[in-house]
Amino acid sequence: MTTNLSRRGFLKSAAAVTAVLYVGATPDGAAAASSSEAMLNPFVKIDSNGQIIAIIKHFEKGQGPATGLSTLIAEELGVTMDQIGYEFAPSNPEVYNNLFFGPFQGTGGSTAMANSWMQYRTAGANAREMLIKAAAKAWEVDASGLDIQGGLIIGNGKSSPLGDFVAAAAQIAPSETPRLREASEWKIIGNESTRRLDSPIKVNGQAKFGMDVHLPNQMVVMIKRTPQRGGLVAGFDDSAAKDVKGYIMAMPLPTNHGVAVYADNTWAAMQARNAIDVEWDMSAAETRSSVEIRDEVMAALEAAPVYNVNQADRTGIAGAVDSAASLVEKTFYFPLLAHAPMEPMNCTIEQTAEGDIVLHDGAQMPTGPHMAYQQIFQLPPEKIHIKTMLAGGSFGRRATPDADYQVEAALAFVDTDRTRPVKLVWDREDDIRGGYYRPATGHKVRVGLDTDGNITAWEHQVAGQSIMKGTAFEAFSVKDGVDHSTVEGLADSPYAIPNMAVGLTDTEKATSVLWWRSVGHTHTAYVMEVMMDMAAKAAGRDPVAFRLAYLTGSKDADRKAAVLKLAAEKGNWGAPAAGNVQGIAVHKSFGSFVAEVVEVSGTPVDGIQIEKVTAAVDCGIAVNPDVIRAQTEGAIGYGIGHAMRDQITLDGGAVEQSNFPDYEPLRISDIKAIETHIMPSAEAPTGIGEPGTPPSAPALANAIAQLDVQVAELPMSENGVSFA
Amino acid sequence: MAISLKLNGETHSVDAEPGTPLLWVIRDELKLTGTKFGCGVASCGACTVHMDGEPVRSCQTFIEDVEGAEITTIEKMEEDKVGAAVQQAWRELDVVQCGYCQSGQIMSAVGLLRENATPSAEEVDEYMYGNACRCATYQRIRAGVLRASEILEA
Ligand code: FES
Ligand code: FES
Repeated sequence: MTTNLSRRGFLKSAAAVTAVLYVGATPDGAAAASSSEAMLNPFVKIDSNGQIIAIIKHFEKGQGPATGLSTLIAEELGVTMDQIGYEFAPSNPEVYNNLFFGPFQGTGGSTAMANSWMQYRTAGANAREMLIKAAAKAWEVDASGLDIQGGLIIGNGKSSPLGDFVAAAAQIAPSETPRLREASEWKIIGNESTRRLDSPIKVNGQAKFGMDVHLPNQMVVMIKRTPQRGGLVAGFDDSAAKDVKGYIMAMPLPTNHGVAVYADNTWAAMQARNAIDVEWDMSAAETRSSVEIRDEVMAALEAAPVYNVNQADRTGIAGAVDSAASLVEKTFYFPLLAHAPMEPMNCTIEQTAEGDIVLHDGAQMPTGPHMAYQQIFQLPPEKIHIKTMLAGGSFGRRATPDADYQVEAALAFVDTDRTRPVKLVWDREDDIRGGYYRPATGHKVRVGLDTDGNITAWEHQVAGQSIMKGTAFEAFSVKDGVDHSTVEGLADSPYAIPNMAVGLTDTEKATSVLWWRSVGHTHTAYVMEVMMDMAAKAAGRDPVAFRLAYLTGSKDADRKAAVLKLAAEKGNWGAPAAGNVQGIAVHKSFGSFVAEVVEVSGTPVDGIQIEKVTAAVDCGIAVNPDVIRAQTEGAIGYGIGHAMRDQITLDGGAVEQSNFPDYEPLRISDIKAIETHIMPSAEAPTGIGEPGTPPSAPALANAIAQLDVQVAELPMSENGVSFA
Repeated sequence: MAISLKLNGETHSVDAEPGTPLLWVIRDELKLTGTKFGCGVASCGACTVHMDGEPVRSCQTFIEDVEGAEITTIEKMEEDKVGAAVQQAWRELDVVQCGYCQSGQIMSAVGLLRENATPSAEEVDEYMYGNACRCATYQRIRAGVLRASEILEA
């Protein structure tokens, strides 16, 4: 576990720990204990020196749960952020499961705060009540007159550090319904000045990511992979590798999907891998090109859809579109995209003297590898341990239904003598070429308008590769054949669009596909919001006013309308700087509402410069406002950067891109400024890691459309737009 | 071959073949893991260290070329006046998200401020162009450099 001990609250506590209070939950309800044996899996532990540690059940890839969940504990307990540290939870889906995922521990779908909100507050409140009861008893006063503030138990003219009552508090039973602090009492939740708890270690080189694990005597393993997915190892020759200093050995993975190359260190592994010749059996390998993949998607859009997603009267709606006074139509295509988190995939696996298996990993979904390892090592769950390290980004990549890289590491380890830990390292080329892409997806939309410019019918067809079908997560998302993650944000949008028909056809999976920051919303928001702008234009109406006409009749519509208006106001909608143009988009995803105004200068021919993005966000109660701003900034950059110039293309089944030079990341000069405004709210918190992404690319496209280039196929740089 | 490497004020004797990137000597041999591997081809800046005070990409700097040079990594920045100011600005503005690129960002930012104590936003963008941040913390990086400049000028 990584404990952040650098905070000032801990430096003064040198005295020996004599007692520890653990507060958490078991499957049977609230629980507390005085020893770690009795309570292995708490949400907070407090020792007699006053050291307070929040146990974070979500991994930290920069999205902020270490700070966010610590905030909840600190607020309820009554301590400051300087007085609390954090550790990442071990793998235990009974206690640390994501409450939205069932018995499964994992992070995803922007749920970390939303699912932990009551759970962590309750744990903090319980700890507070138990400490107060212990103090009240010792002081012989009524507990109702006491509180904890700034880390001190105070009341009745007395004041004492928490640590003094830890031992006594551990003897008190926790409550199922402790009193949660009222919003009016909050000092940390919603506080603009809260800083991230992981900032100090991330600016001085001390933060430990998976890539930084160095176990004594470890071997580094890299995999020589098939140039085209699906190829198998037929044989290999490592004679040239034997000249590489530090080279140990090579063996095919048990699955034959590659050759595992073992070396004493990373550089030796890289060189040895280059030196090894592999003969591949390509008979089952992918051979299609991205042109063929696109052709299949486009053809599917022209045929009747296989699934009627929202049980619409398709014939009637098609007829209404055909007979409308005017018609707006467009076909869209979204290419494969890699996630390319800054830290390439890696993890380290070791066997203890007791025969237990320990995985060191920036583990997004610990339950995945935990279950897979039971099979691979033939061990019961309690003999497998996962130490969650910091993760250098993910954007979805670290959460694969097949626990791909953790399984790869296990397969490279299982047949060794297991005396040396194995650290599996991917390089950037492995990452860009290794599959798990945002699916290639197409949309075809026809919108009918009446003579007043009102929408009369909306026919919407989607064709693309299903993320969930055929995976362990199928049951989460697929109903009646429809993978909701392909069509989310269309028929279920808060827009009250009359006569909407959404159809879906699955296309073949050319290569493995995976959720990519905001999943289906990356393309559905683009299509909805570009179509809204095109319809507004055809109707001769302002894009904001046009949208607002369809944002009525539900609470969601009201919230969506409110962020749209706020973004328009703060972004000076309709009044760009001289020579600039603006575009706007709004979308609901993961329970949150985000609107963005993008203002650009230049022209598609001479080069577009993004001058400013103004965002308005409603994600319920803003627990850490500055983290919300940071996530919104990052989500906008992620959405816009890929829309500008990224795609993964295949030639004869082989991925053509390999590293950042040809999968060019967003750079600092691409967006000159981002401003985020947070809507005050009393609603329970919802997600923020992803919701800033969906409106970003369509808002940019809508701005560029003002310059007479309507981009319906991404990336923009390949479709008529140059950037400054 | 044995090479004497001056790193963070100490001299280490390192056994490495010519052609070994400095990055892997720092990370795997000397176990200083603040310097990161992001691309290996000088495209992301995660591996940025200082060679005689100037930022270089350690993934494309080879061990035989650093003999006699002073190499400084992120782990030493707290003791550097400019480095400490940049770190302070980074903490004040909470620049980091995942943090994986940030050692490299900070090493580049220090390089910029040593060369130009009061850069404009455009100059920051130009200088920091090669440091990728996949979390897109760019606007805080820009603000962080400007804030560090203010701290140093004060
Ligand atoms: S790792 Fe050296 S520049 Fe990317
Ligand atoms: S903070 Fe994550 S890559 Fe920069």
